[in-house]
Amino acid sequence: MKEHKINKTYQEINEKIRSGEVVVVTAEEMIDIVKDEGPVEAARRVDVVTTGTFAPMCSSGAFINFGHSVPGIKASEVWLNNVPAYGGVAAVDCYLGATQPCEDDPLNKVYPGEFNYGGGHVIQDLLAGKKIHLKATAYGTTCYPNRMIEKKVTLETLPSATLCNPRNGYQNYNCAINLNKKTVYTYMGALKPRAGNANYCSAGQLSPLFNDPYYKTIGLGTRIFLGGGTGYVTWHGTQHKPSADRTEKGVPVTPAGTLFVMGDLKQMRPEWLVGVSIQGYGCSLAVGLGVPIPILNEEMAQYTAVSDEDIFTQIIDYGHDYGNGISKTYGQVSYAELKSGSIKLNGEDVPTVPLSSMVKAREIADILKKQISEGTFLLGEPQFTLPV
Amino acid sequence: MYSKILILRFPGDVVHKPIVCSLVRDYDLTFNILNATVFPRKEGILVLELYGTRKNFRQGVSYLKEQGVHVKNAEQEIKRKEEKCTHCGACTAVCPTGALSIQRPEMIVNFDQKKCSVCELCVPACPTRAMKVRPTNYAFFE
Repeated sequence: MKEHKINKTYQEINEKIRSGEVVVVTAEEMIDIVKDEGPVEAARRVDVVTTGTFAPMCSSGAFINFGHSVPGIKASEVWLNNVPAYGGVAAVDCYLGATQPCEDDPLNKVYPGEFNYGGGHVIQDLLAGKKIHLKATAYGTTCYPNRMIEKKVTLETLPSATLCNPRNGYQNYNCAINLNKKTVYTYMGALKPRAGNANYCSAGQLSPLFNDPYYKTIGLGTRIFLGGGTGYVTWHGTQHKPSADRTEKGVPVTPAGTLFVMGDLKQMRPEWLVGVSIQGYGCSLAVGLGVPIPILNEEMAQYTAVSDEDIFTQIIDYGHDYGNGISKTYGQVSYAELKSGSIKLNGEDVPTVPLSSMVKAREIADILKKQISEGTFLLGEPQFTLPV
Repeated sequence: MYSKILILRFPGDVVHKPIVCSLVRDYDLTFNILNATVFPRKEGILVLELYGTRKNFRQGVSYLKEQGVHVKNAEQEIKRKEEKCTHCGACTAVCPTGALSIQRPEMIVNFDQKKCSVCELCVPACPTRAMKVRPTNYAFFE
């Protein structure tokens, strides 16, 4: 095992959080600290680095229990504000997925569709305290004879509501262009023909998994900022792919690790779980997510000092290639280039468009920093870390 | 040259009077009629774009009102609901005039209404539906 000059435990850092002596900085502030003082000195001084990201994360949703009625019902099909939820779980449980459109949505019949209301919007409306119309149907049993119920529910009246997102916080994502002759509307936004714009979706140097590229501190039980409240990493996310190609510093150059996260919806906020409509694609939920990275040693200090210049992604054609499973890259670009406003593609300037909010990502990292500094947020030590 | 699209509503008792022609003769304004209808109860509606100097325009509108014509501004503008904007930047892909732009390095999405051509492309492109079309309204119409 490699020896470190600085060695801190979760317990020691939590003790410092309780006593108010903890030193917390954001992942952006850490870049210059490590540059100026070196990783060892930085690890000695800094205890926690906070990260943040805010973007549409389609693999999101909530388990909702809507309470028993009299007579009882074993709901087979459930709708919340006319958005279908999955009812194939116990009697009055359901799972409301973020991308599920409203039942009477015209979808893409007139292209590009608007997708004005879906599962993500229901989640945000619940958080905003709005009344939601719930309808459930059933085939009827002796123990659950009722075949249909309709009622108004609010987040307060629901017995339980748990945000449960099977894949959030992608460690890196493609940069999308369109080499077609017509504008296309994708989950990566509107893409003008002949590479008219290049869209990307990551907070880069502030993004959680870029700051712990080998998941040395993140796993089951890591306490996080989730949707304005507190949540937990509970598993590796679906499509978690740690084997992706990496730079010398260990940063993956294609989509790699992902997070499975959960938290009690009742303590979350509508500003941090925002229903979104992606033109021509569908509904989704923009999720605010922040992971505190404990600086256990100088190695973690070095990882959290990663900057946009060190993080690269691939330019992928979403006009034809992506939909047809062709994994061809039209070049590798850094997030520093992407955030500058234009990239070079075959010698031509292509304007770049972000889809992930840096303004909100910074706000999340700052909120976490404040909560940890004030002693209201303790680190959760993982039972085991994500697979590498 | 100043121009605006106006909706003129003529109550039944003035609909027979020659009013709009006076805008040309007495106020040196020109116009292009976009729509005109007289309803069964004799009320008339006229949608026109009116051109002239700002001063003549204002006096012409006052004249219309004195004649009992209800004047409404039909022009639209784009407004951003600030509380809905998450500053993601998706709108900058479609904005043709640069009215929506990113302030670097903060990555704040700014909306400069003076540059906006009201093409409305940002309305469905905004994931949180922060961009709204609404009629413009100026004090002198009230």
